[in-house]
Amino acid sequence: MEEKKNKTSEAKLMKGNEALAEAAIRAEIDAYFGYPITPQSEVLEYLEREVPKRHGLVLQAESEIASINMIYGAAGAGARVMTSSSGPGISLMQEGLSYIASAQLPCLVVNVVRGGPGLGTIQPSQGDYFQAVKGGGHGDYHLIVLAPASVQEMADFVFEGFRLAEKYRNPAMILTDGALGQMMEKVIQPEEGSLPKIATPWATTGKTKDRNHNIITSLFIKPEEMESVNHQLQEKYRKIEKNEVRFEEIKTEDADILLVAFGLSSRICQKTVDLGREKGIKIGLLRPITLYPYPYKRLNELADQVEFMMSVEMNAGQMVEDVRLAVEGKVPVYFTGRMGGMIPSPDDVLHEIESIIEKQNILQD
Amino acid sequence: MSIERPSTLDFPPDAEGMEMVYCRPDTLTDTPFHYCPGCGHSVVHRVLMEVVEELGIQDKTIGVAPVGCSVFAYHYMNVDMQEAAHGRASAVATGIKRVLPDKYVFSYQGDGDLAAIGTAETIHTVNRGENILMVFINNGIYGMTGGQMAPTSLLGQVTTTSPYGRDVKMVGHPIKIADLLVQLPGAHYVTRQAVHNPNAVRKLKKAFEKSFQYQKEGKGTCFVEVVSNCPSGWRMTPVESIKYLEETMFPAYPLGDLKVPEKV
Repeated sequence: MEEKKNKTSEAKLMKGNEALAEAAIRAEIDAYFGYPITPQSEVLEYLEREVPKRHGLVLQAESEIASINMIYGAAGAGARVMTSSSGPGISLMQEGLSYIASAQLPCLVVNVVRGGPGLGTIQPSQGDYFQAVKGGGHGDYHLIVLAPASVQEMADFVFEGFRLAEKYRNPAMILTDGALGQMMEKVIQPEEGSLPKIATPWATTGKTKDRNHNIITSLFIKPEEMESVNHQLQEKYRKIEKNEVRFEEIKTEDADILLVAFGLSSRICQKTVDLGREKGIKIGLLRPITLYPYPYKRLNELADQVEFMMSVEMNAGQMVEDVRLAVEGKVPVYFTGRMGGMIPSPDDVLHEIESIIEKQNILQD
Repeated sequence: MSIERPSTLDFPPDAEGMEMVYCRPDTLTDTPFHYCPGCGHSVVHRVLMEVVEELGIQDKTIGVAPVGCSVFAYHYMNVDMQEAAHGRASAVATGIKRVLPDKYVFSYQGDGDLAAIGTAETIHTVNRGENILMVFINNGIYGMTGGQMAPTSLLGQVTTTSPYGRDVKMVGHPIKIADLLVQLPGAHYVTRQAVHNPNAVRKLKKAFEKSFQYQKEGKGTCFVEVVSNCPSGWRMTPVESIKYLEETMFPAYPLGDLKVPEKV
């Protein structure tokens, strides 16, 4: 116990990817399987450097397809396991993620998003929102998706991701981007060994005399059986939606206009909130922390208060669809953003707000 | 649909005073095999599970089932098992073995699974010398999906997707994956066996025994290919399929050891 206490870290300047990798070691992962891709290769590099000196196992696989299937095998054997990649690699993992979700295995997958589509660019993007929160692979399933907005959260959400994944036996994803992965900020690491492990009596660890053989599978050939597995999954998702919605509100108490943004965009929008208020425009910000489950209810409440909402994203407008679903037509919902690795500036966002105000002639009375 | 038959536990049912000389091993469940008459899968399942029982490693063995006819292998093999995505069994087995290095891990795949869609995983698993047993059932056809051409289908072989016979100009030669794997230092033991007659079955059993022994010693990948039949896919009777094995398949895929550990 003494030794563990001493491992609580002091504030340290770290790169987002490295803070995340260090947190993974502190979360006592049994194994990491991964494949290099910019802008997240530092995760694999850090782990290859540190894990042999400390504990756990790290293996560079031949592809992201192999990585995610190693994750499946190890998670099915009851291990705490993680992988990370970026857009193109995460696309290759979608089949495996569907299997993992169906077989109800806990694991953590990190997507340090780069601009797409295709091979795209290595610059930061939020273009994988749909892929992360709407399924991505085949069939009806959900990942639990966490969106950090700081290097501190890159570390914290490793613990949170495993906590949720293991509680619900469901894959969790950290959806971040190339800027958060590469930027350096102060971080206080979670305490090593402070993430308790949940028993895994379902895992394939060798059939002992006192139990039937354990089977990890996503194959249920009889449609009646497959439907009942789907019912089970849906029940679980309703539970997750009820209990695990996380978001942050900034200056929403008196807001007339609400910005909605996650991850890096929310950092930009914080500045827009301040710039707007200096000009007397009461802007507030809601930052979804969990992208699945999504804070529909709170957005719907805020729709009774504000004149309009604007979703700010580093993509062509993906999350805006969820904002619209949430407000049920009560107020207009606008979108602004940049694509392909470009980042909107706080002034860009403010300018968009001002032009809408002008056009709509609102807030005049 | 399901066939009622006595369980291992209460067999023989009315055999007072008789000695039981042959029964289903505890490592097989009581679920009747769904395989077609004459198919080699059930024999390979049984031989593999006999070896697990005889070595007393049921509680230490974890298997990985493929996509293909033996997709339900875990219904029959009474050991902990995982069902892998098509082609990924050896990656899944790697994941299991790496976090449970003291357990015995095997993967079980057909030719489409291991030598077409999963070729990258197959080669890299062996190249890492993963300390597992890879069982490879080569019957030169996709059985589960109804008899399509496999990477191992022979030249001229008629299947539902090569209705005029396998054409080398279009799809190349049958791939001899075991011969390729022999080149990799990670491969400790590579052998090609069969189950078409009792002698072959005995040899296969020896190969499995050796493989688990090598795994115990941490020697690297053991790769056991079984050149098997597919009467339904080949559109033959079981007897004709055995003849086809002997006359056509074995000349293309000669039986025997391809790589044996060097004697120290």
